[in-house]
Amino acid sequence: MIAAAASGARPVNGVALTVVIIIFVIVAIMGFVAARWRITPEERGMRTLDQWGLGGRGFGSWITWFLLGGDLYTAYTFIAVPAAMWSTGAVSGFFAVPYTVILYPIVFLLMARLWSVSHRHGYVTPADFVGGRYGSKTLSTAIAVTGIVATMPYIALQLVGIKAVLTVLGLGSGANVFTQDLPLIIAFVVLAAYTYTAGLRAPAAIAVVKDLLIYIAVIVAIIWLPTQFGGWDGIFKAATTKMTATNPATNLPVGSVIPGAASFNAYWTLALGSAMALFMYPHSVTGVLSTKSRNTIRRNAVVLPIYSLMLGFLALLGYVAIKAGTKPIGFDGVVNPQLVVPQLFIDNFPSWFAGVALAAIAVGALVPAAIMSIAASNLFTRNIYRDLFKPNATEGDQAKVSKFVSLVVKFGALLFVILMDQSAAINMQLLGGVWILQTFPAIVAGLYTRWFHRWALLIGWAAGILYGTVAAYNVVNPVTHAHFGGSIAPIPFTNVPVYIAVTAFVINALVSIILTVIFRAAKVPDGWDRTTHSDYGADEGDPRVVEVLEPYEPTLDR
Amino acid sequence: MSSPEVPTRGPARPLPYVISGILLVIAIVVPLIVPIYARSEPTLAGIPFFYWYQMLWVLIDAGLLWICYGLISREDRRRRAAVRGPEVDE
Repeated sequence: MIAAAASGARPVNGVALTVVIIIFVIVAIMGFVAARWRITPEERGMRTLDQWGLGGRGFGSWITWFLLGGDLYTAYTFIAVPAAMWSTGAVSGFFAVPYTVILYPIVFLLMARLWSVSHRHGYVTPADFVGGRYGSKTLSTAIAVTGIVATMPYIALQLVGIKAVLTVLGLGSGANVFTQDLPLIIAFVVLAAYTYTAGLRAPAAIAVVKDLLIYIAVIVAIIWLPTQFGGWDGIFKAATTKMTATNPATNLPVGSVIPGAASFNAYWTLALGSAMALFMYPHSVTGVLSTKSRNTIRRNAVVLPIYSLMLGFLALLGYVAIKAGTKPIGFDGVVNPQLVVPQLFIDNFPSWFAGVALAAIAVGALVPAAIMSIAASNLFTRNIYRDLFKPNATEGDQAKVSKFVSLVVKFGALLFVILMDQSAAINMQLLGGVWILQTFPAIVAGLYTRWFHRWALLIGWAAGILYGTVAAYNVVNPVTHAHFGGSIAPIPFTNVPVYIAVTAFVINALVSIILTVIFRAAKVPDGWDRTTHSDYGADEGDPRVVEVLEPYEPTLDR
Repeated sequence: MSSPEVPTRGPARPLPYVISGILLVIAIVVPLIVPIYARSEPTLAGIPFFYWYQMLWVLIDAGLLWICYGLISREDRRRRAAVRGPEVDE
């Protein structure tokens, strides 16, 4: 394999690498075989979007648990949350726990209704629903574009996660761009191939393996490592020492183990904003719509929090690494916090077990990357290709376009990571989180009421995106002086620091409410609602509304 | 073609929804009240309160949602039976 070079040199760990390669091959085979999983012979070949993009809309509680677990708790989370804990402590890292706690009541509240209306009308994407509910192609396109733009950097970040694993294994220090990234390219080409063949069934099957591996890795680490480093007492003492030291660049403490009163608002708004945003992401909606019945998602909201517990323990591994003196140094000799967790495993476990853990993280990147690319291509196919260009596209056409676009999306993410600086992907992801939350009013209010006016929602969305983008740009990193230095900014005209996405959301909601009142008073024509009250409570056995193609066009924006 | 105006469920009894609504509000709001738990004492096996309390809420939320699921799905079955006739639960 590629030899390590110059400073930051690290040897290739042969045993760990072999384990990772074996698991990767097993996973790839599962991905291809999944094309024949739970499908009738007539439907083989994935000729409709329901089959390819939603796994036949037939996943039960167990598969959904694994699929959503793999979808929501991505490899990047596993890398980034402990990395944030290791670098600056609780505020930027541990908020992930309350975030993934309050996520499930929100899911319980909203997603059953979205499932029902989508089941009745055959909606595949959140933008399908918005288009049907508000009768506005402009609004549904805005929702679709936001979804695609927010998902792309998220896919790129999964690659960043794989890259961290490869670095620790000793791969990727080659002299030129191509050999340096060859393992990453191979991994992604294989992923693209089985996603193309098996659609959503591939990540669903792989998620089972990945989740079992990651549970084993985290449980072993959380029991074994504290006994090696003097118990939790000593670990938290080491973390406190690191966080209370003064950062010479800013003259402020490095971070905090227990957040101070000044960061309370940042902490809870980060948790709330992230929780509200997560199920607006197209890949989460794809997971929800692939389930068999209205109650599958609610049953899952009760048991999915087990993953949050695991995420909490994983976050604490960031502190364990402080105590253990883990040195996350990349090939360029620079400290890269994202290497903390992989490095911790490779330093403190036998190579074969470290290999299992690293494989779990790497495969954990493939599952969400597959689902995200499927979700993004479904959005493109349904809400851009069909709605804007080919209103008469058949089911078969849509499946074909979607499969092809999934390749383009993955290739784009790959180029993004290879050619651009990693921080570009991270900045884009930060912005993506701000943007995707701006689709919340249109989607969520629409699930309960038709009171909002379509143009009010559109202008509110634009206002939220505008504010969020400007505010995020204006956050300057005190050390590097780069823009997009973080996701926290003061509420305008105050000095209360909060998560930018939440401020933008409030602006968005206020604009939508005020303009709805004005537009209603001015009798601005509103779109035709294609859904009915009873659609929102429909379940498995209820018949689908047969789509009447003919009146579709004239009912959209005049 | 099916007529979309046919109701999929019978009328709702408010009580299960009200109780679930209150439980869901608790499940969302309480974990966000940072001043309650931004302290290090009492520790649990060396882990500061801030950390174990928030992780405890993972389990509390799961419990609250389990109650909500029981209430809502029973009411849901009753409402569905009102329009479809009784059915066997999976």
